[in-house]
Amino acid sequence: MALGFLDRSHSIAPPNWSRWLIPPAALSVHLAIGQVYAWSVFKPPLEETLGLSGTQSALPFQLGIVMLGLSAAFGGTLVERNGPRWAMFVSMTCFSSGFLISALGVAASQYWLVVLGYGVVGGVGLGIGYISPVSTLIKWFPDRPGMATGIAIMGFGGGALIASPWSNQMLESFGSTTGGIATTFLVHGLVYAVFMSMGVLLVRVPPEGWRPRGWQPTAGNGNKMITTASVSARNAIRTPQFWLLWVILCFNVTAGIGILEKASPMITEFFRDTATPVGAAAAAGFVGLLSLTNMLGRFVWSSTSDLIGRRNIYRIYLGVGAGLYLVIALTGDTSKIVFVLAAMVILSFYGGGFATVPAYLKDLFGTYQVGAIHGRLLTAWSTAGILGPLIVNAIADSQEAAGKQGPALYTTSLYIMMALLIAGFVANELVRPVHPRFHEPAGDGSAVPEKEAR
Amino acid sequence: MNETEPARRTPLLILVWLWVGLPFLYGVVELVRKVAQLFGG
Repeated sequence: MALGFLDRSHSIAPPNWSRWLIPPAALSVHLAIGQVYAWSVFKPPLEETLGLSGTQSALPFQLGIVMLGLSAAFGGTLVERNGPRWAMFVSMTCFSSGFLISALGVAASQYWLVVLGYGVVGGVGLGIGYISPVSTLIKWFPDRPGMATGIAIMGFGGGALIASPWSNQMLESFGSTTGGIATTFLVHGLVYAVFMSMGVLLVRVPPEGWRPRGWQPTAGNGNKMITTASVSARNAIRTPQFWLLWVILCFNVTAGIGILEKASPMITEFFRDTATPVGAAAAAGFVGLLSLTNMLGRFVWSSTSDLIGRRNIYRIYLGVGAGLYLVIALTGDTSKIVFVLAAMVILSFYGGGFATVPAYLKDLFGTYQVGAIHGRLLTAWSTAGILGPLIVNAIADSQEAAGKQGPALYTTSLYIMMALLIAGFVANELVRPVHPRFHEPAGDGSAVPEKEAR
Repeated sequence: MNETEPARRTPLLILVWLWVGLPFLYGVVELVRKVAQLFGG
C-alpha cells in the first residue's frame, strides 16, 4: 500500500494546475524505459568481455520484455489503486536498480546478476512504467485521449533513439572492458533515476469531476462507440470487446514486428539480384527510417484517431496495411522506392496501433480502470513478439533450405501477414459497445475513488 | 469542476518540456544524421 508522498491522495492537482505539465511527466518515464530497444548496443562488448554467445547476451533483453508484459498485466490494478506517482516511483526504482545490479554483475564478472538486474528487476520497471501514465493522461485529456497517449507512447519509441548513440558514446569513452561496461551501466542507472524523478515529482491526478474548460462529457457526441459508463478491469476481460481488441493488437503488432525484426536482411535479400543492390550501410539506414516512422506514427495516427474515431483509424491500420503487404509481394524487386515507402507506412501503422489502443479502451470501457485494462491487453504484445519473428524466420529458413533466394524467401510471410491483418480488420468490424451488464452500478465509475474500487 | 484559469506556470512548463525535449531532439538529430550519411553519402 502506497503511503505519504507517493499516494494518490497526495498527488491530486490544485485547481489551477496546467494539464500540459502531465505529458512531459509521462515522457520522462517513457523516454527512459524505451532504452530497452537499444540493448543491442551492449551485446558485442558483453560477448567479448564475458565470453558470451549471442543467445546469452540477448537474455537480459528477452527477459525484460517478458517481465514488461507480465508486470503490466498483473500490476495494472495496483497502478490504478495507488496512482501514477507511486507507479512512476516503482518504475524509476526498478529500472535504475536494474542498471546498478548489472554494473555490479559486470564488475564481478557474474553475468547472472546482469540477467537478474536488467531482465527481471529492470523488466518490472518497464511494465509498470509503460502503463503508469496512461489512465492519468486520458483523465486530463478526455477531449483528446488519442493525442495524449500518443505523446507518451511515442516517447517509448524515442527512448531507443536517445539511448543508442548515448550508450555508444559512453562505451567509447569508458572502454569496452568489464570496468568500462560496469561504469557505463552505473552512469545509466544514476542518470535515468534523475531523469525519471522529474515525472515522479510532476505528475498529478485531476481533482474529482475535473474537466477541460468548455468541454462536456456527452455520450461520445452521439457516437455509440464512446461510453460514459465504467467497466472494471475484472469485468473487461469477460467481454468479447476486450478479446477482439486483443486479436486486433496482436495481429497488427505481429505484422509490423515481422518486418521490423528482419528489416535489414529483408531489404538486402529483396534487391540482391538487381542493378542496385542494397549494402549493409544502406540497410542500416532503412532500419533507422523504420524506427522514425514507427515513432512518428504513434503520435500522428493516434492524434488523428481523435478526429476520425478509433474504429476508423484501425480500419486504416489493418485494411491499408494489408493492401501495402500485397503491394510489396506483387512488386517484388522491381521498385526499391515502393518497397521502402510501403514498409515505412506499415511501420507507422504498427506504432499507431500501440498508441491508439488506450484511447480505444477508454472509448469502450470508460476511464475507470483503463490503465489496468491496458496492462492486461499488453499480453497481446508479448504474444506478437514471439509470433512475428517466428513466422518470418521459420519461413525464410525453410525457403532457403529449398534453394530459393531473393524476394521468394519472404513472399509467403508477406501473404501470411496480409491474412493476419485482414483477420484483424474483421475483428475490428465486430467491435460493438459493451453490454450494460458489465457496467459498474455507480453509473459513473470515475466518481468512485479508485482506491476503493474492486 | 471545469478547468480554471491556469496559474503562471510558464517557466515550469518551459523547463519540463526542455527536460524531455532536448534529449529527444538529440536522438532525432543523431538518427537523421545516420540516415543522411547512409543514403546521401
